Amino acid sequence: MIRVILPSHLRTLAHIESEVTFDVKGQPTQRTVLDALELRYPMLAGTIRDHVTQKRRPFLRFFACEEDLSLEPPDAPLPDAVVSGQEPFLIVGAVAGG
Amino acid sequence: MSKVRVLVGTRKGGFILTSDGQRKRWDISGPHFAGWEIYHMKGSAVDPNRLYASQSSSWFGQIIQRSDDGGKTWHQPGTPPGDPTTTPDGSPKGESNKFVYDTSAKTGKPLLTHQWYDGTQHPWEFKRVWHLEPSLTDPDMVYAGVEDAALFRTSDGGKTWHELAGLRGHGTGPKWAPGAGGMCLHTILLDPNNPGRIYIAISAAGAFRSDDGGKTWQPINRGLKSNYIPDPNAEVGHCVHRIAMHPARPDVLYMQKHWDVMRSDNAGQSWDEVSGNLPTDFGFPIEVHAHEPETVYIVPIKSDAEHYPLEGKLRVYRSRTGGNEWEALTKGLPQRDCYVNILRDAMAVDKLDSCGIYFGTTGGQVYASSNGGDSWEAIVHDLPPVFSVEVQTLK
Repeated sequence: MIRVILPSHLRTLAHIESEVTFDVKGQPTQRTVLDALELRYPMLAGTIRDHVTQKRRPFLRFFACEEDLSLEPPDAPLPDAVVSGQEPFLIVGAVAGG
Repeated sequence: MSKVRVLVGTRKGGFILTSDGQRKRWDISGPHFAGWEIYHMKGSAVDPNRLYASQSSSWFGQIIQRSDDGGKTWHQPGTPPGDPTTTPDGSPKGESNKFVYDTSAKTGKPLLTHQWYDGTQHPWEFKRVWHLEPSLTDPDMVYAGVEDAALFRTSDGGKTWHELAGLRGHGTGPKWAPGAGGMCLHTILLDPNNPGRIYIAISAAGAFRSDDGGKTWQPINRGLKSNYIPDPNAEVGHCVHRIAMHPARPDVLYMQKHWDVMRSDNAGQSWDEVSGNLPTDFGFPIEVHAHEPETVYIVPIKSDAEHYPLEGKLRVYRSRTGGNEWEALTKGLPQRDCYVNILRDAMAVDKLDSCGIYFGTTGGQVYASSNGGDSWEAIVHDLPPVFSVEVQTLK
């Protein structure tokens, strides 16, 4: 089971209060996790990835296991700890501080 | 008894102000969509409880929201949760927040790039919806003006949006360039007497008109003069800030250009300057009195470099003669140390017998006049910077 933590604005948009959990068919990757997330919450389509290119929106980052996965290929397998549900997959709004 | 509903879009959410016909006491609800930029909210003329809102963010992109109960509740009108997000053939469905430029082989070729600030060509990139204009006859049909400039339309209540690509594709698109606020299609006017006629305006391309419901378009900028472009009298490239029309005389248009206040008496075929005795003719909004087609309102600011009122005095200017002769309206407005701006979509009128005028500022105030502009008061003081103001007059 995959655990996904969304930024506050997207939780509001999807009417959820905490992390999201769901199963992914096949190998969990950024692409399959986001496909499953958008299937369950269609209102999030376009808010994390561009509608056409399916690229990550530039002001968002993907973190897991204290690593920045943002620049990993979308079809690369996610870390085992994310696949097992031990660690969440975090979608984070980029913040420059100040 | 009549009621008034004022829809206010701000940098940090949407607000709805309501009052009875006296317009003395106001109830305020919001922020709706807290923390998001609400560029525009507008209600349907045929179903006043049907509202549409443009919600956007640099982080999360564009969202379209819809209310069917006058703003009490909102929803995204796209795919319901649990429904497939792809069609049976595997193609992505058209979600309500999906604005994709038409790049079809037939119309896509001339639409790929526009002029960038440095004169080079730059790809069209969708940023956000600036303006939503509901149809005058169908609550499910809405036009959306977007950045980078294009016109979209929904005919299913906001579930799906499709570009009216004849605008970008009519030929001058590669000459359009962004203004300081981006290359935005900010004005959409629907002719109540001619269902096929649509006016739009783009900063910085100019004004355009369609007479066939948006299929084909022509520039309507003859008479505009802009000294900040290589050819001041060019067919396109003018930074039109706003156009206004009185529904009883849809062939008469008023324009606040970057500099200059203009008027057309022939549906935009030609324009004449009507700045007259204004102390400065730079500004953003322009509106027409609900019952007096020759009474026009603007809020001049100092210059393109200094976006605040001249001498720190917030003054609405009114012409009762369709331009050229202007009077300053100051009663109830700050007359010292005022350095706010009034953006192009942040002025509107109600239709009560004594016409109400409303405008919002980048300082978060919404000012209202219930007597045609003779006197003003702030009906809310401390909102986030106001992007847009629309008014509904309700039975």
